[in-house]
Amino acid sequence: MKTLVWVEHDNASIKDATLHTVTAAAKLGEVHLLVAGAGCRAAAEAAAKIAGVAKVHLADNAAYEHALAENVAPLIVELMGHHDAFLAPATTTGKNVAPRVAALLDVMQLSDILSVEGEKTFTRPIYAGNAIATVESSDAKLVITVRGTAFEKAAAEGGSAAIEDVAGAGDAGLSSFVGAELAKSERPELTSAKVIVSGGRALKDSETFEQVIMPLADKLGAAVGASRAAVDAGYVPNDYQVGQTGKIVAPEVYIAVGISGAIQHLAGMKDSKTIIAINKDEDAPIFQVADVGLVADLFTAVPELTGKL
Amino acid sequence: MKILVPVKRVIDYNVKPRVKADGTGVDLANVKMSMNPFDEIAVEEAIRIKEAGKAEEIVAVSVGPAKAQDTLRTALAMGADRAILIETDAEIEPLAVAKILKAIVAEENPGLVILGKQAIDDDSNQTGQMLAALLGRPQGTFASKVEIDGDHVAVTREVDGGLETVKLALPAIVTTDLRLNEPRYASLPNIMKAKKKPLDVKTSADYGVDVAPRLKTLKVSEPPVRSAGVKVADVDALVAKLKELGVA
Repeated sequence: MKTLVWVEHDNASIKDATLHTVTAAAKLGEVHLLVAGAGCRAAAEAAAKIAGVAKVHLADNAAYEHALAENVAPLIVELMGHHDAFLAPATTTGKNVAPRVAALLDVMQLSDILSVEGEKTFTRPIYAGNAIATVESSDAKLVITVRGTAFEKAAAEGGSAAIEDVAGAGDAGLSSFVGAELAKSERPELTSAKVIVSGGRALKDSETFEQVIMPLADKLGAAVGASRAAVDAGYVPNDYQVGQTGKIVAPEVYIAVGISGAIQHLAGMKDSKTIIAINKDEDAPIFQVADVGLVADLFTAVPELTGKL
Repeated sequence: MKILVPVKRVIDYNVKPRVKADGTGVDLANVKMSMNPFDEIAVEEAIRIKEAGKAEEIVAVSVGPAKAQDTLRTALAMGADRAILIETDAEIEPLAVAKILKAIVAEENPGLVILGKQAIDDDSNQTGQMLAALLGRPQGTFASKVEIDGDHVAVTREVDGGLETVKLALPAIVTTDLRLNEPRYASLPNIMKAKKKPLDVKTSADYGVDVAPRLKTLKVSEPPVRSAGVKVADVDALVAKLKELGVA
């Protein structure tokens, strides 16, 4: 089977999500990559070095710069003439583009797979991760999005794939990019961080969140996350949100501070290796999944913890 | 302009789903069902656009069992003008739903279709994108802001690194994210009025759509259970644990 993997990049370097997806693709067969963007040869060169990659398709065109689904989906469909499976990381870009590709190919997509069980059999979470479905596709071609945290990263070095230019149809004339407001953060990226410190509604306001959570995160070199309640209350921007509707994370250590543990939140972090909870309510559901729990007032416990590290 | 809002009847988001002992699925017998939360946001957004004088009619549509009529009545009580139910007892995959919606779009000619970004039962996050593909129209997924301006719509999208705004030619397909709006509650008088609003019942055969599933569910199982943890007495014990884990 020949697979085509969507490379997530910023036109210069590759995002880690790609490396996880390559591992999933390698379980199905020969791995080809697609780097679509504008002025993105550097990203293609980095992609060619990923271990286990046979070929990199490079589509360099202003129409692909912001990965607008209307423009890139026809390009992928064209390449799917000689590939058997398309895999994209289950990031917002992958989730936006892949179903459009699937419908154009008249196949059902497999969303957010957790494992490859056979050539056409996969597992995926349903009901906010409260059940795991094993599904078999009957379609001739596969379109898949991959949950990054469920697959190891492929080695970023060691490969030497050939880069082949592809043209594609370019601008479909249906949509245009207006602008982006990206949250600036010097901390590790949430979805690939080894340690995450996450805060909930109990943090009271953005100032308190900043004062209590950030020093602890910085001490541990951790990424900062939040529950939906904290995001809705405006303590932090929404891209900090961990959960069914936010980001799915599985770090080595997840420290939940003032988070009760609603099922939508657990859906985003319960595959973390070790979960630590600090909450003053000893009956909070978070303690049912926490490996280590501390029943304490976070306003005294967290600064004390930060001080002692 | 007319707005089409597809809505789905799903398990209520507060209910903890239970996997059936025989591994065939999730037990939905006697479980509270509601409108998918993202779809409530879609209905609300359609109503707000109509209230701003930028749409004349809102048509809610659902593909599902006879009981999905309740979900459509909820949409009507919130402010939708009429409803269409495509009745089926089979589980319909996003691709088939998108094909049915494409046929309804051909009949109704909406300027905008607003869907939820994902249903909280199958967690697919596909139907809106698939509908846009089948119609050859632009898509604004994970919307946190929707602004109609003449023959275009500007959609601010929630993406991994923050927000991104795209401009789409109408007709367009928009899928809602949680922060787009706060859906209203239907008042009792509006619930009573909704009972008199038109609700057409049709079947997928009326649209000639093949709904045979492409994916076969071999089994549904419980996620791995985490082993019980320990509670530590104080911060010093927690520091010791963190050191043991090698993160401090």
